Amino acid sequence: MWKFSVRRTLIMIPQLIVLSILIFVLGQLMPGDALSGQVGPDVDPARLDEIREQMGWNDPWHEQYARWMGGVLQGDLGESFRFKMPVTELIGQRIVNSFWLSVATLILTYIIAIPLGITSGRFNDTWRDQLITGYSYVGFATPLFIFALVMLWLFGFTLGWFPTSGSVTPGLEPGTFEYVMSKLYHLLLPAISMALITTYSTIQYLRNEIVDTKQKDFIITARAKGASETRVYNRHILRNSLLPIAAFLGFEITGLIGGSIFIENIFGYPGMGQLLVESISLRDYTVLTAVTLLFGIASILGALLSDIILSIVDPRIRIK
Amino acid sequence: MADKLLEIKNLTTSFRIKDDYHAAVDNLSLTVNKNEVLAIVGESGCGKSALAFSIMGLHTRAKIDGDILYRDHNIAKMTPSELNKVRGKDIGMIFQDPLTSLNPLMQIEEQIGETLLLHNKEMSKTARQERVLDLLNKVGIPRAEYVMNQFPHELSGGMRQRVMIAMAIANKPELLIADEPTTALDVTIQSQILDLINKLKDEMNAGIVLITHDLGVVAEMADRVAVMYAGQIVEVADVKTLFANPLHPYTRSLLNSVPNSDQEQDQLHVIQGIVPSLQNLPREGCRFSARIPWVDESAHEKHPELREVDPGHQVRCTCYKHFSFPDETKEEQHVLS
Repeated sequence: MWKFSVRRTLIMIPQLIVLSILIFVLGQLMPGDALSGQVGPDVDPARLDEIREQMGWNDPWHEQYARWMGGVLQGDLGESFRFKMPVTELIGQRIVNSFWLSVATLILTYIIAIPLGITSGRFNDTWRDQLITGYSYVGFATPLFIFALVMLWLFGFTLGWFPTSGSVTPGLEPGTFEYVMSKLYHLLLPAISMALITTYSTIQYLRNEIVDTKQKDFIITARAKGASETRVYNRHILRNSLLPIAAFLGFEITGLIGGSIFIENIFGYPGMGQLLVESISLRDYTVLTAVTLLFGIASILGALLSDIILSIVDPRIRIK
Repeated sequence: MADKLLEIKNLTTSFRIKDDYHAAVDNLSLTVNKNEVLAIVGESGCGKSALAFSIMGLHTRAKIDGDILYRDHNIAKMTPSELNKVRGKDIGMIFQDPLTSLNPLMQIEEQIGETLLLHNKEMSKTARQERVLDLLNKVGIPRAEYVMNQFPHELSGGMRQRVMIAMAIANKPELLIADEPTTALDVTIQSQILDLINKLKDEMNAGIVLITHDLGVVAEMADRVAVMYAGQIVEVADVKTLFANPLHPYTRSLLNSVPNSDQEQDQLHVIQGIVPSLQNLPREGCRFSARIPWVDESAHEKHPELREVDPGHQVRCTCYKHFSFPDETKEEQHVLS
């Protein structure tokens, strides 16, 4: 187990190097830079070139990359052109918001998906299953950005039950109870909207696993032992059906860091997804490369985490 | 006359295909006595397993008519909770494929322990552990203390079948149903498993229903044999009679298909055709007639019944009186050594 994790982590290093080069070069290839559109039209273009020269933006890409990488390795992701603050600090603020939003979404997803998936799988091809499958198809077919807008309009503006933007009411002291409750209140509507729409995959996964496991020989063995139907479901079928869901958790955790671009933008929620979109449109390279790199690292870690979780829950792939 | 343990009366197990029910076990009556090994023989698709599953009440989507009398209960009419009290306690079952019959996520101790737990709620955890260890030793698993904490995938097929047997006999059942227990195993392991079942039979005083298509297994293990064809029993006899004096054409054909090592044979005997599928099964007349077309129609009965020809020897249909193989020289006598 330990050896496996170390080996997997070592394999990550070349992956990360390739990823960082790719991100850096793609960032460089984008037209314009942080100065374009940000300075007054009466500024002398020669002066702009001077600034570019000063900042080292005219150096060959590998020199710039080396400089950037050197900073990254020391934990210095550079400074945001737009926010005029260190990128690490900026990301630090945003990542916390995205994290809690994703945790709330994940919890809601499982609260909805597990009972529905179990019902659907256990009573497959009955009206209950058809109802639940119908719901998951609707969820699958509805675009998230339209559904989120409808939710925002209905519960945010028309009914006024939830705040319509931001992640906390301004003026509250961080750390107080009111502050925490306000945070929770702000992330509830985005989390519900997202959970309702994205839960279909978990429901269908679970349903199909249960339908599949139901027909396995060891279920007959369990019945032949005299186990009641409830026990057969809880002890034998469910345990075996949750394996892929557990493995999937690793990838879901990737989303904890990445946040959701659509949801955060629609609900004006200051998270990582929103930061990414902003930094692209404003050519805020340092932020863009840092955020993209972080997403990359998160998905590589997510895959590793999935493998580790699976090896914990499934004895057949337990690693020695 | 031996004591009756299980009496099956007019059992019909039907499966739904499209809108109709088709009987896989058709109006079958059979008795299992205490302390005997009753072998049920037939080709694949004859309804042997469907019969075994009916006795355990394991069919989930079949329609079951008739009676399965065990002690003073009727298994066929039991509610699920009554059934759960009998399964695993009074009747144990060993399945065909030990590779898939164990829960991959449970340790061996937990799987065998579950059978004990379900029928002895008061049993302490340590007592259960000891009993599991005891059972594992009994079925001949080496290093039982170690194997107890292993998962099924860490064991070989033979070991897993031993675990299945341990599970089936955990509560000292009076009746053990073995549904082709050696089919999925290789030949050397097969004989070990059969030896084990033989050994346990003497210890347990249980009746055993052994389902197989291997006549070698029958000769080695059985006291009495029921030959099944297309959902019906076509011949019942004790094992010596059956091998020495097989009557029904199907029984004779089966016996004749066994390669004989004493004699040089150019060709193995093959029974023409296949077992008809459920939908295409002729429900009238002698069901085997289609596979012995050279026997004249008039030899068969219109409504063949099982009839006793000698005490304890029953045969269905009259066609056995007129039956002979097309090539007379082929048939040899199968006298048990």
